Order: sequence, then structure tokens, then C-alpha cells
Amino acid sequence: MRSTFRDAAHLLRPAALLLIGLAVFLVVRAAVIPKGFGKYGHYRAPFLETARSKPIHYAGQDACVACHDEEAKMRAAGKHAKVACEACHGPQAQHADDPTSLKPKLPDVATLCARCHEKDPAKPRTFPQVVTAEHNAGAACNDCHKPHNPHLD
Amino acid sequence: MMIPGVDGFMYPNEVELQWSILIVLYPYITGLVAGAFILASLERVFKVEAVRPTYRLALLTALAFLLVAPLPLQLHLGHPERSFEMYLTPHTSSAMAMFGFVYLWYLTVVLLLEIWLDYRADIVHMSKTTTGVTRLVYKVLTLGSDNVSEAARRVDDKVGYVITVIGIPSAFMLHGYVGFIFGSVKANPWWSTPLMPVVFLFSAMVSGIAAVLVLYMAAMKVKRLPIDMRCVDTIAKYLFYTFVIDFTLEMLDLIHRTYEADESFRSLDFMVHTRLWASHVLLQIGAGTVVPLLLLAATQLRRFAPGARKAIYSITSCLILVGIFAMRWNVVIGGQLFSKSFLGYTSYKMGLVTREGLLPAVALMLLPFAIFFVLIKLLPPWQHSEANAAD
Repeated sequence: MRSTFRDAAHLLRPAALLLIGLAVFLVVRAAVIPKGFGKYGHYRAPFLETARSKPIHYAGQDACVACHDEEAKMRAAGKHAKVACEACHGPQAQHADDPTSLKPKLPDVATLCARCHEKDPAKPRTFPQVVTAEHNAGAACNDCHKPHNPHLD
Repeated sequence: MMIPGVDGFMYPNEVELQWSILIVLYPYITGLVAGAFILASLERVFKVEAVRPTYRLALLTALAFLLVAPLPLQLHLGHPERSFEMYLTPHTSSAMAMFGFVYLWYLTVVLLLEIWLDYRADIVHMSKTTTGVTRLVYKVLTLGSDNVSEAARRVDDKVGYVITVIGIPSAFMLHGYVGFIFGSVKANPWWSTPLMPVVFLFSAMVSGIAAVLVLYMAAMKVKRLPIDMRCVDTIAKYLFYTFVIDFTLEMLDLIHRTYEADESFRSLDFMVHTRLWASHVLLQIGAGTVVPLLLLAATQLRRFAPGARKAIYSITSCLILVGIFAMRWNVVIGGQLFSKSFLGYTSYKMGLVTREGLLPAVALMLLPFAIFFVLIKLLPPWQHSEANAAD
């Protein structure tokens, strides 16, 4: 029995090496993994606090509709009903907090409309799209289309 | 607007290939590892004594290629230091993250341990007969134990056997995973088939066996030692059997696709007849499968002179290695050449000295041979030392 152990004793060395490797790995792992990692999911739980502390940029649909009743009604009746206000007007949280002193700038229609409606074969055929250079001959889009309800009467 | 290299309609994100030649190398190299190890296990577990001369060579080949296997991925992704995160915070639902552990297991517990156990007597012997830095290297490799008594060697042999038995499913996992990664991409009809891991596994065995066969013959030629014909005949026989299974599986996949003829079939069929014609039909199926299969079949049916057999085995092995590389190429690159709309095709333009170009790919393919050269200098696989001969 003793001789069997003696002849197998060398196997303890790679085993010890593997265990030392594993131990070093576990120590490094414990030292470098950020605190709270994995508490809610595959991310650092304290990051939620960091995210929460960042300023809010978007006011949200309800805040816009609360004051801009007329535009909201036009929009709801047309094809842009599901396009959020801030998708075109940009983030407006500051304006919502202080509507009088911070007035948002009107978007530039020449680039704004083309962002969605410029012709592209990758878009579904039913989606309204035009080659802007040919379509409006330099005129602004909102000369004909009302942006909140773009359908031509 | 016409984009050069693009025919028909491609979605914008399909025009440029994301997975380059480096991703072709990765399954190719991993396959060589798995195949070489399975050849080594033939002697150890399945007691095919005739392949004994290639046992150690196969293990060293597997190690040399295994050390290089993750490098193409590292180079492709960039930021190699981030790969360590996979071990620190592994995502259990990611097959790629879990593969990190399979790789580490296979490297440390299977391959390094098996090589250490098999070479222990030689290492101890060299640690006593060499001098200087070499002696120090061997001293470290002994891990401080110089017990190479007959009883200790018997223990090594038994433990080595157990490790090889564990190593076979590990090798299967190692390469089956690579096929799994492609086979599980359900959005890509060229890849998405449950047969993919099995086809990858058998093609891996074929390429690994061919690599060891050609390395053995080349090494004997360089060392001016006689080639053991019984050994190479036996390897060729197993290579033939494995290749027949591999070929059958690939044909099964092809017939199944053709018979099923789903909505992707016309598009893929067109691709195989145009952009993939040279690499798929000519290289992979013609030169890489049919020709070597016929040559191997001929050696099984007729007894050629040893010189002719050696020539046939060399040519066959090289053709197989090219053919399996073409197979990896056709899977990886082919799977990105057609549009998921089935209405268009793009082309792959390989860089030359860019990070993912031809030059780094060639360097990465040569690196295992450099490692192999160092390994055979350090741990000569040719003849057993006096310590081993005493067994």
C-alpha cells in the first residue's frame, strides 16, 4: 500500500500545480470582478445608480401632448401618429421643465424628411419614399406637406 | 448605384463580409487538433499497436495546433486582453463563452497531462544527462519528481489511459462545438443544420489523421529514418474509413438539401455553380474528396509497392488537407456571400497585409509548425529513451 502511494506520489505534483492555478485564478477573479456584478443580470448592479444619476434628455410623449394640443390632434389623425414628437424635434426635457425660457429650434425639413423618406431599395415598397432631388425641385417639404399630418388634401 | 463585386440585391449589412479568412483558419486548426488527438487515442485506447510510432507525434501535433487555435479569433476581434473576461464572468447561455472552458480543460487536463505522463521517463532522463539552461528546463518539466521506477511508469500508463478515455469526448466537444456554432445560426440556411457539428467532427478527424500521416513521413525523410510501412498502411486504412463516413455525411447533407429544396435552395444552388464553383466543386469535392478517396480505395483493393504507397499516401494527405481547408472556406465565406433575401450575391475581397489579410493568415498557419519544431526538439518523439526501452 505504501509503495503504491510512493509510486503514484508524482501525480500529486501536476494536481497541485492545477490546484494552485485554480486558486490563483479564483483570487484574481475575486479581486477584479466589480462589486455587485450579476446581482440582477450579467452586468454591474451599481451601474443602475450611475445611470440614474445622468441627466434626463427626453421629456416623453405625454409631456409634449399635455401642452401642444393642436399638434397632437393633427399628428394622431395622420400617418405620423406613431412617430414620437422628439423623434423629429429632438430631446426636449429641458423645454418641458421650463417651457417659456427654453424654446426649441424648428427642425430643418430639408434633411429631416429625407432621413426617412429618401428612396432606398432596401425599404419596403409600401413605405412612402421619393428621390428628393426630383420630387420637390428645391422647394421645402412643408410648403406642401404639413409635418404633423403630411397627407395632401 | 452599382457596388463593385455585388450582383443583385444585398441588404446594406451584407455587402461586406464580417468573418474573414481568420475565421476560416480557426475551425481548420481546431479540426487538426481534434483529429490528431483521436489518432493518438487509437493506439492508447483502441490498442491499435501498428500506429504506435505516430502516437507521440500526434500528441505534439495536437498541442502545437491547440496553442495557435485561439489566435485567429484574438486577431479577428482585437483587444485580446478582453478574452480573459470570458473566464472571469462567463455567460452560461453563450456557447462561445463555455468553449473557453472546454479549451482550457482540453489543454491542461487532457493534452499537457497526457504528454507529461508519456514523456516523464524521458524528461527525467534528460534532466540528468543535459547541462546548462536545457537541464534547467527539463528539471522544471520533471516538476521535482524523478521517480521513474517500473511501478511508477505503470501508474503513469494507467492514468494516461484514463486521461485518453476522457480526452476522446473532450476532443469531440472541442470540435463539435465549432460545428455547433455554425449549425445553430438559424438565419443562415447555408449553415443551419444539425448535421453541421457531426460533419465538422468527421472532417476534423480526416484532416488531423492526414496531417499526422504527412508529418510522420516528412519527419522520417528529414531524419533519414525508415518509414514504418505497417504504421502508415494502418493510418491510411483508418483515414479511408473515416473519410468514407465524412463523405457519406456530406452527401447526406447535400441530398437532403436538394430533396427538401426549401426557399433558399435556388439561391444556394446558383452560388455553388458560380462564386463557389472553384473552391467548392473543384477543390473541395473534386480534388479534396473524390480523388483522395479513389486513391485510398485503390490502396485498399490493390497491393502497391512500398514506394508507390508512400507517394500515394503523401499526395492523398496533402489533397485532403487542401480539401478540408476548402471545406472550411466554403462554409465560412460561402455562408456570407449570398443575401438573406436570396436575391443577390456579394464577393469576398481579402486584404494582403491588413490585420485580417492573407499575410497574418499565412503567419498563423506557419506558427504551429514553428511550435511543433520546438516541441520535437524539446521532447523528441522518434525513439523511446533508455528509460522507456526498459519497460
